Amino acid sequence: MAGDTLITDELRKTIGVAKQSTTIEMEKGMLRQFVDAIGDPNPLWSDEEHAKKSQYGGITFPPGILAASLMGGSGPWLDIPLQRILDGGSEWEFFEPIRPGDVITVVGTIGDLRERQGSVGKMLFIISDIEWKNQKGEVVATGRATLIRY
Amino acid sequence: MAKQLYYEDVEVGIDIPTLVKHPTTQQLVKWAGASGDYYQIHYDKDFAIATGLDGIIVHGRLKIAFLVQMLTDWIGDEGKVKKLACQHRGMDLPAVDMKCKGKVTNKYVKDGEHCVECEIWTENPEGRKTAPGTATLVLPSRGK
Amino acid sequence: MSEASVMTDELRKQIGVAGEPLVVEMEKGMLRKFVDAIGDPNPLWSDEEHAKKTKYGGITFPPGILAAIMMVGNRPPIEIPLPRGLDGGGEWEFFEPIRPGDTLTIECKIGDLVERQISMGKAIFIYHDTVWKNQKGQVVATSRTYGLKY
Repeated sequence: MAGDTLITDELRKTIGVAKQSTTIEMEKGMLRQFVDAIGDPNPLWSDEEHAKKSQYGGITFPPGILAASLMGGSGPWLDIPLQRILDGGSEWEFFEPIRPGDVITVVGTIGDLRERQGSVGKMLFIISDIEWKNQKGEVVATGRATLIRY
Repeated sequence: MAKQLYYEDVEVGIDIPTLVKHPTTQQLVKWAGASGDYYQIHYDKDFAIATGLDGIIVHGRLKIAFLVQMLTDWIGDEGKVKKLACQHRGMDLPAVDMKCKGKVTNKYVKDGEHCVECEIWTENPEGRKTAPGTATLVLPSRGK
Repeated sequence: MSEASVMTDELRKQIGVAGEPLVVEMEKGMLRKFVDAIGDPNPLWSDEEHAKKTKYGGITFPPGILAAIMMVGNRPPIEIPLPRGLDGGGEWEFFEPIRPGDTLTIECKIGDLVERQISMGKAIFIYHDTVWKNQKGQVVATSRTYGLKY
């Protein structure tokens, strides 16, 4: 059907409006499980004595932690009748280290919606702007994530 | 850990030491648990096939975490990852080697920070770049 | 034809040997992940307001947490020349609730080794005795569990 678009007026209204906020306690167990899962033996993430002598003055989370789903970096969930999901990619800018014991609040906002005809049918590209802040109100990182629904 | 890398050690065009990963299905399960991503295409073969895939695929975000590991291994304790971008351009199957690679594309001093830009990517056994991206790193300088 | 006994004097000497104590921090994230994994919506484990009014006076871990591998402790290494292994089960006794923020010390020793004939041939039953103590020195739970090599 010509003229058919996934991006209805109603959906378009979510741009800049639909938000999702989550608070995450950055526990030591989470850090241990993360570095164990990716297989990263860097002592910066596990050895307090070693990490004390580094620029961070103590153990920190690897920056890649922002890739974990539980860090809320995929943006708000849109209720649309497309069942399949693909991760289209992400970009981040890092400002402050994340330490065990930090409480991070992440806010994701729908930044843009795009549509493309793929080999598997219509695909909706949902682009979200993400901001992570710590308990001191410092912006730890910002990011942009693309989620593909089809 | 390798010795500290300095800004002066880096030239445009040099390669970042390759990190080889071998994500088994067991590692995908560990990543699911650690990251909170329980989408079934990463551990349920029947489900993956029903969605049109050839089988289980590696989480795109696990690949990003691997690439960051390659970077933090290289830049040492005093380096920082400042920016990162990564797109998913191909799917990776579990239980084969995945090479995490990178190449320096630019270096400059800005606002007192010694910055290095690189291309980064994961590479499958056929040599295809499945998750290409870019990173900006800040390194210590021997000059100060 | 009667098979030779697998049980040796050397193996028998392992009875009573203890593994290194293991210290585990009982973090909130671990609790959330555990009840999510088993699909247990009981508010005792998640709703502070609800849990406050109960005899526990606050959120506690479900007793089943002790079945998680990470709560098993360090078992003394033991070499038994039989290729296959099975978990046999066990018995647990619970004395004190486990709360988020507790630090448990787990001590595990080999309680007994028994050779038995099972339908699949010779088997050695390995009994482990485990004690969980919290940071106040209270015994939280004890167990005798067993597995078999055959």
